[in-house]
Amino acid sequence: MPRPHLYLLAALLAAAGLSHFSDRIDPYHLDVLTGIGINIILAVSLNLVNGYTGQFSLGHAGFMSVGAYLAAAVSLFLGPKILGAEGGTAVQQGFMFLAALVAGGLGAAFAGLVVGVPSLRLKGDYLALVTLGFGEIIRVIFQNVEFLGGALGLNGIPAYTSIFWVLAFVALAVFVVTCLVHSTYGRGFLATHDDEIASEAVGLNTTRYKIVAFVIGAFFAGTAGGLYGHFKMTITPTGFDFTKSIEIVVMVIMGGMGNTLGVILAAVLLTLLPELLRPVAEYRMIIYSLLLIVLMLARPQGLFNFKLGKAKS
Amino acid sequence: MSEFLQQLINGLSLGAIYALIALGYTMVYGVLRFINFAHSDVFMVGSFIGYYLGKIIPENTVWGGLAILLGAMLGCALLGMLIERLAYRRLRGGPTLNVLITAIGVALLLEYSGQVFFGATPRTFPSVFPSANFSFGSLVISSNQIIVIVVAALLMVALQLIVYRTKIGTAMRAVSLNPKAAQLVGVNNDVVISFTFGLGSALAGAGGILYALNYPSIDPLMGVMPGLKAFVAAVLGGIGNIPGAALGGLLLGTVETFVNGSQWSTYKDAIAFAILIIILLFRPAGLLGKFTVEKV
Repeated sequence: MPRPHLYLLAALLAAAGLSHFSDRIDPYHLDVLTGIGINIILAVSLNLVNGYTGQFSLGHAGFMSVGAYLAAAVSLFLGPKILGAEGGTAVQQGFMFLAALVAGGLGAAFAGLVVGVPSLRLKGDYLALVTLGFGEIIRVIFQNVEFLGGALGLNGIPAYTSIFWVLAFVALAVFVVTCLVHSTYGRGFLATHDDEIASEAVGLNTTRYKIVAFVIGAFFAGTAGGLYGHFKMTITPTGFDFTKSIEIVVMVIMGGMGNTLGVILAAVLLTLLPELLRPVAEYRMIIYSLLLIVLMLARPQGLFNFKLGKAKS
Repeated sequence: MSEFLQQLINGLSLGAIYALIALGYTMVYGVLRFINFAHSDVFMVGSFIGYYLGKIIPENTVWGGLAILLGAMLGCALLGMLIERLAYRRLRGGPTLNVLITAIGVALLLEYSGQVFFGATPRTFPSVFPSANFSFGSLVISSNQIIVIVVAALLMVALQLIVYRTKIGTAMRAVSLNPKAAQLVGVNNDVVISFTFGLGSALAGAGGILYALNYPSIDPLMGVMPGLKAFVAAVLGGIGNIPGAALGGLLLGTVETFVNGSQWSTYKDAIAFAILIIILLFRPAGLLGKFTVEKV
């Protein structure tokens, strides 16, 4: 892709432009769009770990929750001290939010490092299970920390998330992941995915690649969590359980592992689907799960993966 | 001391149930090498079969209780075989991840169909067996706990006999060792895999009844946590290894009960995973599993 930086700049400008007209868009559509954006960030970042690097992680919601809690804590506890009682101007709030998101992302990245270093010695199903375990442990810890609201979670988080922030971080996540895997360094992720032993034989440090993928993936999951918390204005530990991780994994697999465009399309589709099925609310999850099974049987390489024979375990 | 023994007995009866569910995971993993996420919901269906059978079969009788147990096992065996036939068979030999996602799809399907057909509100499980409490000094053992431990032990012995003493058991082990070679010497892989699913699901059904005896509030999402923990138990013991699953289940149930009785009780859901992570870091193949080096 030539001149990726220009694409990023264009995307950021488009986000700012769209955000300027956001009060003319139906609030419901805006909410759905925000939800789609957050899911795209989650799916694209998980795709770096699961798709490109081939390390099956089931703990993405755990990193998301670390980011969500840390960002919310920054806004709730540090925000009033820095911005003053009136809440500051819009620009000040914007910088505050950016700082909160980055803090959330870095916290999640650190969690990714702590989880990644020991667990990446394991492979396949064992790795999946350990990441799942870490995700659940993070959830139980949040449930028990009184300072962060315990089982009730945090409430009254300022509603900083606007369509601009969501789209900007979508653009950033897609930009970073795409540039990374297309760089000389990033070929190592694909090599680790394709054949770990062969990569090691030609001198690649596969452990480091795995950890880098894990940390970057966790960073964006953390920012997505921060956006989510400042969008819903309330977060609870149960919102980030194993079901949420599965939801993100399904997006990645349906999009065709290691195919960013496909993963984005899958994230859009899977966020829209429950909304479209709202009229048959009672049966919508049944339809969702049936579609999942039928899709896997009919298109095992992923719904949006058009390169035949590329699907690998 | 008596409190320790009391907790030990409570832990063993919980662990026996985990072990029964873990056996299903481990057997399916043994022949197909994938995590059957739907297994925990087969366990849930087992409880509900028991609930509905309890409405026709008279309560509080030993024979009625056994009939309910057998009914649930049979129903779950059929369900497990049906799931394998419709969802997993076509994906056999494909990428494991697709089978995994299909399994998640089946799990969600069972959970949400359960919410529509059984209702999302918790139901009270009938007392299918006559119940009594026996006390030895300060030690109290309920008849349900004894039933759980005895039934689980009998089922595990039966499973061991089936796997090691019968023709189909030999075929199961052959498929688990090398599916292609098994086919070459005349094993019908389809039949064996179907039988494995039936057997594992029957154990999950029994687990469902036994679990509901001790925790008599059942709902369509009840299988998720015990299922996850049973899977942890299977990995703990070394996945694909039948005695390992039993050992892992008992160990996990006991530790969890002790944690639940301590000041750390709110962390009881995390403890299973913490144990799992520690064991896997030091013994990546589980307690009884054999570590194999990947060959190029």
